[in-house]
Amino acid sequence: MVARIIVGAHYGWKDWLAQRATAVVMALYTLLLLGIALYEGGIDYATWTGLFAHPAFRIATLLFGLALLWHAWIGMRDIWMDYVKPAGLRLTIEAATVLILVAYLAWLVEVLWGPGR
Amino acid sequence: MSDSELPAELPRAGRPVYLNLLAIRQPVPAIVSILHRVSGALLFLVGIPLLLWAVQHSLASPETWAALRASLAHPLAKLLLLGLVWAYLHHFCAGIRYLLLDLHIGTELTPLRQSSYAVLIVSLALTAVVGARLW
Repeated sequence: MVARIIVGAHYGWKDWLAQRATAVVMALYTLLLLGIALYEGGIDYATWTGLFAHPAFRIATLLFGLALLWHAWIGMRDIWMDYVKPAGLRLTIEAATVLILVAYLAWLVEVLWGPGR
Repeated sequence: MSDSELPAELPRAGRPVYLNLLAIRQPVPAIVSILHRVSGALLFLVGIPLLLWAVQHSLASPETWAALRASLAHPLAKLLLLGLVWAYLHHFCAGIRYLLLDLHIGTELTPLRQSSYAVLIVSLALTAVVGARLW
């Protein structure tokens, strides 16, 4: 057994970078959607479903969803770390956060590629 | 603060004993920062599930699209939507500000304050634009 002094998990800088990279992905997707809405002069049912009929747009939406999942995990974990001090409670809440986020992702996949599509 | 209000267990020397955050007049960048958190948490807890639900119904069929539009016409639904739109816009604008700060743009005190005001004002103004379109 090697004795180690634990000074941190060193995930801080990775998360810092990931938070910014995912933010840029989401911002670009937001601008893309806004640009499409402005170009089309508003969105009706036909344009909306036509948009989601494009595989490229569905994939872009999935990328947005993955960026959001990752971004929300880092942000919410930071909030729980700051305000919830009892370790057991915090771990429970963090686990619940992960489950919720994965459920959100599954829901998105269902919406994008589910039998209803 | 009187001595009787001090916590029983004294912290290590030199550490602040007790800060009543509500009694301190927060600087504008601090307000933008805490609103970034609040809006982020709001988007996670309410925004994402509502967005997924809305996208699902908007795509399923012309009937569910129409039903979605009808339910969003309710004033309370509009109010909720507007709150979430503000949360998204504030989070977006404050996020852009943090990205610029990471690039060492506007890190002096005066620009920091000015950009904080800009984030508050721009996100509220854009929310108002969306609100005007909703009503």
